[in-house]
Amino acid sequence: MIEENVELMKGNEAIAHAAIRCGCDGYFGYPITPQSEVLETLSELKPWETSGMVVLQAESEVAAINMLYGGGGSGKRVMTSSSSPGVALMQEGISYMAAAEIPALIVNVQRGGPGLGTIQPSQSDYRQATVGGGNGDYNVIVLAPNSVQEMADFVDLAFELAFKYRNPTMILSDGVIGQMMEKVVLPPIKPRRTEEEIAAECPWAVNGHGLKHRKPNILTSLEMDPHVMEQRNLDMQKKYATIRETEVRYEEYLCDDADYLLVAFGCVARMGKEAVDTLRREGIKAGLFRPITLWPFPEEQLHHLAGRLKGILVPEMNAGQMIYDVRLAVEGQTPIKHFGRIGGVVPTPDEIILSLKQQFIP
Amino acid sequence: MTKEEIIQPENLVYAKPTLMNEVGMHYCPGCSHGVVHKLIAEIIEEMGMEEKTIAICPVGCAVFAYRYIDVDWLEAAHGRAPALATACKRMWQDRLVFTYQGDGDLACIGACETIHALNRGEKITIIFINNAIYGMTGGQMAPTTLLGMKTSTCPYGRTPELHGYPLNMTDMAATLEGTAFVSRQSVHTVAAIRKAKKAIRHAFENSMNGKGSNLVEIVSSCNSGWKASPVKANEWMEENMFKYYHLGDLKDI
Ligand SMILES: Cc1ncc(C[n+]2csc(CCOP(=O)(O)OP(=O)(O)O)c2C)c(N)n1
Ligand code: SF4
Ligand SMILES: [Mg+2]
Repeated sequence: MIEENVELMKGNEAIAHAAIRCGCDGYFGYPITPQSEVLETLSELKPWETSGMVVLQAESEVAAINMLYGGGGSGKRVMTSSSSPGVALMQEGISYMAAAEIPALIVNVQRGGPGLGTIQPSQSDYRQATVGGGNGDYNVIVLAPNSVQEMADFVDLAFELAFKYRNPTMILSDGVIGQMMEKVVLPPIKPRRTEEEIAAECPWAVNGHGLKHRKPNILTSLEMDPHVMEQRNLDMQKKYATIRETEVRYEEYLCDDADYLLVAFGCVARMGKEAVDTLRREGIKAGLFRPITLWPFPEEQLHHLAGRLKGILVPEMNAGQMIYDVRLAVEGQTPIKHFGRIGGVVPTPDEIILSLKQQFIP
Repeated sequence: MTKEEIIQPENLVYAKPTLMNEVGMHYCPGCSHGVVHKLIAEIIEEMGMEEKTIAICPVGCAVFAYRYIDVDWLEAAHGRAPALATACKRMWQDRLVFTYQGDGDLACIGACETIHALNRGEKITIIFINNAIYGMTGGQMAPTTLLGMKTSTCPYGRTPELHGYPLNMTDMAATLEGTAFVSRQSVHTVAAIRKAKKAIRHAFENSMNGKGSNLVEIVSSCNSGWKASPVKANEWMEENMFKYYHLGDLKDI
């Protein structure tokens, strides 16, 4: 049977196609491996001639993120993409945007670090993304795709969440998902919003629209009065609490009767699924819990599963980052072990199986 | 003639621009910032651009510019205003987009964003308040600080060996292909204020006509940072600043 509208492309290319289709107004980015295909694909597709989307190669990631500050602050749907060293440079801007409550989408196709590191895949920016990499108490909504399809689907979702909560949103991907080719059904085409629609959706936006009939809109992160600043922070924390209650996303695979649980995100969750299937064939009741939102982390959901488990293994492409969130969620109900490959090495399902057996089944 | 007879519309020679807010300014008495604010407010009003303006303020003494001119404002991170302006203008082409930046903001931490926005020919205006010092943080050396000039971080005077040379961003901007109008003005006399207003208006009009990027430097005094009275500060500016930062239009295509 021929599947309609199915295309074969890289995760990075899917991001570019999805951006145009979901009515993105502007992309601003600086080349870095392994995600340059996003800007390259957009440049080739020339959306400025069709949807009117602006595509601009910025002079640095610092500039790119501040272009998002301007674009998002004026009510437009704007995005950037980069990889780890570039996203490190963006942290100042992300902190300012979180503080001024400016929506935008940041895609991080992670590579190994620290420093210039490697161009090979990694998940070692987990904590930077989920705990905040810039200054101050703030959170960014973080979505972790595990397929080219999710790369495409999460672009629109990220914009919806960003505007719903006036908060920067991140797609935290990695070099595997960005570079691999897979079948994908691209999202339906949504027109870019008109000025009237932007005015209705973003009455806070800085664009002058209807100024004579309202007070000026001012977006700033600055407040000199500590009591007012405390209140602003409390309001932000209240918003974050709402996001925690409302926007948690995760996937369970054979968790109901599992003795052992793998908790993994992104491409490692795919190896995890294969490992679970193999373990089940061997008679070991394993399951997979995949957080899709890394912030907010599916804390309660994991907490409820943990009580009847014999153990949890957290395989990650880092030295142990998500494991802290797993521990916080599980609160000591069951032993938790880590398996990490770092520096750009991708673990295999066999390695995950071996690690689980060694650490839990003597 | 009584006072009441004099206060008549036909006798009006000056009025506060309606876009200026009724709030006390935080600027030091004698500071150039307030005068430039007033010019900008007047020009936006005269051009009828109130509902089509996106203004971007810096980190520096003008960080609170949004309190004074009643249009929509974004407050940028230190030095990044031209990047914000780039995106705003590209996606809102019928808007008047301008940044307002100090010399530390524009010529130091934001030099990269400034040069690239100007060189890309972004259809924006950059208002550049050059007072040769970091006013807001209490008078430290700026990239524009003159040789021999004393600040809290070059208390014995700026020397090339220790601190390098003053950076002339506006001369540099005039050499960039993307710039349409580059001018250096001051606001220390009534005549100078008139000229500065003309330059800012020309820059704003240029940016609406899609001609390229526009930079108007205002050589300014910072009497607090320079530790001088407003009058003495203006004298010092005329004697020293104008020798290094020559007034006039550098480029107008
Ligand atoms: C990233 C960062 N570094 C340093 C500062 C501290 N800071 C605030 S204003 C300023 C200098 C401003 O000088 P200038 O741009 O010349 O403006 P002026 O106050 O003289 O008008 C500095 C260094 C900051 N706010 N952010
Ligand atoms: S410190 Fe200088 S620049 Fe700042 S308000 Fe005072 S005089 Fe103006
Ligand atoms: Mg200064």
